[in-house]
Amino acid sequence: MSEELFPEPEWLSEEVKTGTTIIAVTFDGGVVLGSDSRVSAGESVVNRVMNKLSPLHDKIYCALSGSAADAQTIAEIVNYQLDVHIGHSEDDPLVCSAATLVKNISYKYKEELSAHLIVAGWDRKKGGQVYATLNGLLSRQPFAIGGSGSFYINGFVDAEYRKNMTKRESQEFVVNALTLAMGRDGSSGGVAYVVTIDKDGAEEKCVLGNELPKFFDE
Amino acid sequence: IVSTFNNYNDLYPDWTQREVSTGTTIMAVEFEGGVVIGADSRTTTGAYIANRVTDKLTPIHERIFCCRSGSAADTQAIADAVTYQLGFHSIELDEAPLVQTAASLFREMCYRYREELMAGIIVAGWDPRRGGQVYTVPVGGMMTRQPVSVGGSGSSYIYGYVDSNYRAGMSKEECLKFTAEALTLAMERDGSSGGVVRLAVISEQGVERQVILGNQLPKFSTV
Repeated sequence: MSEELFPEPEWLSEEVKTGTTIIAVTFDGGVVLGSDSRVSAGESVVNRVMNKLSPLHDKIYCALSGSAADAQTIAEIVNYQLDVHIGHSEDDPLVCSAATLVKNISYKYKEELSAHLIVAGWDRKKGGQVYATLNGLLSRQPFAIGGSGSFYINGFVDAEYRKNMTKRESQEFVVNALTLAMGRDGSSGGVAYVVTIDKDGAEEKCVLGNELPKFFDE
Repeated sequence: IVSTFNNYNDLYPDWTQREVSTGTTIMAVEFEGGVVIGADSRTTTGAYIANRVTDKLTPIHERIFCCRSGSAADTQAIADAVTYQLGFHSIELDEAPLVQTAASLFREMCYRYREELMAGIIVAGWDPRRGGQVYTVPVGGMMTRQPVSVGGSGSSYIYGYVDSNYRAGMSKEECLKFTAEALTLAMERDGSSGGVVRLAVISEQGVERQVILGNQLPKFSTV
């Protein structure tokens, strides 16, 4: 006889993680960010429609991955710090400023936190930019991928990325990459959220599961 | 990973205490009339590259090869044992063995000794009954037939690429290009894979082998 008839499920004591696939790409005139929507605690999916693209300002977003609590908190704090940094100035903040604020928190508390945020946006000075802040580094890149699902699409993005894609091509590239990663990573799935940021502002879009592109499935 | 009670620190280099593993990226693709198999050429002991021109495509029979990943010692020993068993079986039958037979022999051994072994193997070849076939026998000892299969530490990075670029009914040349490109992408991202790309085509006509050197690999620049 087992000691407990209904032992407590593991996921009640497991930390909540955004298993995740996140990606951000620059195109001529702005950036496109994308993420999946699955939040898992152990084997259980606790939220299947979470939007992991969090606004830091009108034209600056960040993509969350790693521990859900850590990532959300960092985003909230930076959102506040960015407002303080702007003060009463009329100018929009630089993407670099937002990324640096994220990096400062990630680096200072790197032993306690386990979250990786990709910061991307548009500003007047340098146009569309993508910054990776993994583990407390700050690196500007043409595109960045993150999260557990990103391992599976390293080859794909290396092969398919080209400089100076149009807005439409970049959006397709992001959706394709997310779909492939969600197909292979058990911790990524659900729907795809896509945010496109250019000089006119940010446009959010949600691509449902059945609208995602189909790839060869063995 | 060998566990040590003495921590030598810097007295002896890391690689004197590490097991030799074929870090690896291996791949096999079926096409109409045969299979294309490919592998990188790096064998590592910890951070040291013990062999930078390894041949991980091992013949098991005239038209059956295996691609080895995992522990170099384990996979060599298993391949030797299966080569013997298959050769004996083929003489008994007096005809060419089936690829499925070879794969089953690998599976038997990998499953029976699963606790002691660390071996991920892809078996591929051509036989008159079913043409070109690819069977994968990953760590743990399951066996399944797949039209395209990737394995080894570098394979994680190219699942997305393989899923999006594979099409059924590719020609031999398209398969060769597809395999070379996929292996190159994996070698660029995986520290345990690298060196040259070794390819082989197995068909009714026999086996054609080729090597693509480092400077001749396809270029994917993201700069």
